[in-house]
Amino acid sequence: MKEFFAQFAIPHPSLLIYIAMASMIIGGIALVAIVTYFKLWGYLWREWITTVDHKKIGIMYLLTALLMLFRGGVDAMMLRMQLAVPDNSFLDAQHYNEVFTTHGVVMILFMAMPFITFFFNYLVPLQIGARDVAFPRLNAISFWLFFMGMGLFNLSFVIGGSPDAGWTSYFPLASNEFSTSVGTNYYMISLQIAGLGTLITGINFITTIMKMRAPGMTLFKMPMFTWSALIANLIIVFAFPVLTVALAMGTLDRLFGTQFFTMDNGGMDMLWANLFWVWGHPEVYILILPAFGLFSEIITTFARRNLYGYNSMVWSMLMISVFSFAVWTHHFFTMGQGALTNSIFSITTMAIAIPTGVKIFNWILTLYKGKIVITTPMLYALHFLPLFTLGGVTGVMLAMSAADYQYHNTMFLVAHFHNVIIPGVVYAMLGGLTFYWPKMFGFMLNEKIGKATVWVMSTGFLLAFMPMYITGLDGQARRMYTYSESTGFSLLNMVSFIGAGLMTVSFLMLVWNIWYSFKNSSRDISSDPWDARGLEWATHTPVPVYNFAIVPNLEKGSPEAFWDAKKNGVELFKGKIEDIHMPNNSGQPFIMSIFFFIAGFAMVFSMWPMAIFGLIGVLATMAVRSLEDDHGYHIHAHEVEETEKSYDKGGAK
Amino acid sequence: MGKVNNNVPLEYSTEENNLKIFGFWVFLGAEIMLFGTLFASYFTLSGRTGNGPTGAEIFEITPVLLETFILLASSFTIGLAIHAMRLGSKKATMSFMIITLLLGAAFLSVEIYEFMHYAHIGAGITVSAFTSILLTTLGTHGLHVTFGLLWGTFLVIQIAKRGLTSVTAGKTFIFSLYWHFLDVVWIFIFSFVYLKGMM
Repeated sequence: MKEFFAQFAIPHPSLLIYIAMASMIIGGIALVAIVTYFKLWGYLWREWITTVDHKKIGIMYLLTALLMLFRGGVDAMMLRMQLAVPDNSFLDAQHYNEVFTTHGVVMILFMAMPFITFFFNYLVPLQIGARDVAFPRLNAISFWLFFMGMGLFNLSFVIGGSPDAGWTSYFPLASNEFSTSVGTNYYMISLQIAGLGTLITGINFITTIMKMRAPGMTLFKMPMFTWSALIANLIIVFAFPVLTVALAMGTLDRLFGTQFFTMDNGGMDMLWANLFWVWGHPEVYILILPAFGLFSEIITTFARRNLYGYNSMVWSMLMISVFSFAVWTHHFFTMGQGALTNSIFSITTMAIAIPTGVKIFNWILTLYKGKIVITTPMLYALHFLPLFTLGGVTGVMLAMSAADYQYHNTMFLVAHFHNVIIPGVVYAMLGGLTFYWPKMFGFMLNEKIGKATVWVMSTGFLLAFMPMYITGLDGQARRMYTYSESTGFSLLNMVSFIGAGLMTVSFLMLVWNIWYSFKNSSRDISSDPWDARGLEWATHTPVPVYNFAIVPNLEKGSPEAFWDAKKNGVELFKGKIEDIHMPNNSGQPFIMSIFFFIAGFAMVFSMWPMAIFGLIGVLATMAVRSLEDDHGYHIHAHEVEETEKSYDKGGAK
Repeated sequence: MGKVNNNVPLEYSTEENNLKIFGFWVFLGAEIMLFGTLFASYFTLSGRTGNGPTGAEIFEITPVLLETFILLASSFTIGLAIHAMRLGSKKATMSFMIITLLLGAAFLSVEIYEFMHYAHIGAGITVSAFTSILLTTLGTHGLHVTFGLLWGTFLVIQIAKRGLTSVTAGKTFIFSLYWHFLDVVWIFIFSFVYLKGMM
């Protein structure tokens, strides 16, 4: 009995972990108490847990992403605090390993991924004039699988120990021999569950975009964000199965003693690195392409101009998506592929700079002669352009395989990828969030606080990451938990720490802004507060459950259908209101994902009867679904008309 | 949705079915990547046998040929089931579905025998990188067949209960796509794992 419980203990406990444990337990109890006190369980179940509405699922993705942004952010602050002064003892080597591992995994897979999936969910059906995604029930399964994967990963912090082999989890470091806790089991299995959800999202959105566009919307009349979503989801469908296989092999190695990535019996540790990056490099384009899409929406709106070079924008994204599968070796130029292989991958990597450059110039030419309005979303976009270009240029430096022997595994690399991810992905997410906030919640975020946030964030970003380029070139290795005074890195690391502190301040300002605007912002806004251009703005605010009372007709439209309707008098909504067919809510996705969670947790600790129970539960929910006869329901035309009238009367518009 | 088009086969008659069939093709694209990755890993590791046996030492042609013929035959019978479905014969559809599932179960039995044989002669999954990737690749295919058996059984129950409607026809058609796909994967396994390994 004692042995049974001993396996759940944290292998390397410290005061910090106990504090975090206590705060998580207290927070959990408080949450349950609040929900019970206000009798919200029924509401949560009916309106959120069982929902199949793409807008609500999107908002749940958003909440998860914001939560994880703060968890990953705390990790980041701990890393910078440890490195702020030489020979620091705030974290020991083991904890530092755990923190940079979870920081990476959380930020990429549980913050950035759900954030873009939130935009897919909320925007794509509205931008193509659809009532929902192609498979609403499957969409709920996607979310709950992702959510359970996220939960399982975070559980490692308090039960059994966090993974400590880096977010790339290279073998043999990640093998049982060198990663002795169950942490890496958590990594393998939670990513597998969340990844399954992401793959389903990919299939769902490709089908939605290819098959459910409003009449008249040809592919080259799609809004730019929808294009970016289509391409990103194509990459998802072709890249994630590679991760599935790699994780399965890693799990088999760790739990069943197979010999895929071992050091003897023919095992090949580099196979993991290759498989990981065959998925991992396309993954960064899965993140950045939707970011590009959002910036295109924001820049055209606030330059008051249509997008310069629409076709070249699309073709450049398609080129990037193809190249993204042909560059993975650049993540390990120093690991002995030989000069020919390295040269080929150097060239393919540098080639990606060409379509990316095309996009940068298109945005600049969109701004040229535009009537630029500086709003918070636009400010994010305007900061993105120079900062991201800087990150792109250092990327080309890293792409030169001979020179990479100097940069490899140094802080230079850390500076580079943060320099593309933060101004690229994070700015797009926050800019997009500010931009679409009134559409979702019916009030604007405060512009003054918003703009100040951007400036503090960019200042913090520059202070945090520019010094790393210098210390990296001087040889400061990444993933080292400390350094000595004599290296001379102290001052620049202190600057980095201050910069990270400023970034923390900017994220707190974002939270403050949400609270302040919730309290003070006017609820009397129109459904088009930014004078925007895309079809998504042609809906009411808040968006009714059926999105469009009449399916829009875009035979005379352009990618900026709403602008055409406003300025050129193009009639989008022809015909009369008819009955609308809607899908039923269902608790099955949630229950099935719970079984996945049970099976996953049991596998982490090799508790096989429980794992088999979980898997049987998964199959049983599938069987129930197979035999179910669900035809959905109809919203009748007169009900739709009443809803539409309530918007006309005022209040919500 | 809800509109019925009578000029196309039953499985394509509703908008919902069109979406599902398209989505399933996309899913098969992902499956191609999954098995493609397994094959790429197999080619990488197939020579890395460590102290364990090589493919030529453990492969036996009889069970493999048996598996191949059974699975190819099941692909034919699922094709007949779809043909019967388009002719509107519920009984024939169900019969061919059941034959397909029985053939699938037979395939699986031979494969389980094959796995036990490997374990018996000292070529278990933990012996070398080669045996790991061999049994993982075969096992992934076998798990797909197992899942197909469960799925197919539930489809037969539905056809029996509800007859050939646009819903059951759509599901059966998608199941047939899945089954054919597993057959295609097996042809690759047969050619590039067994035949290549025995040469």
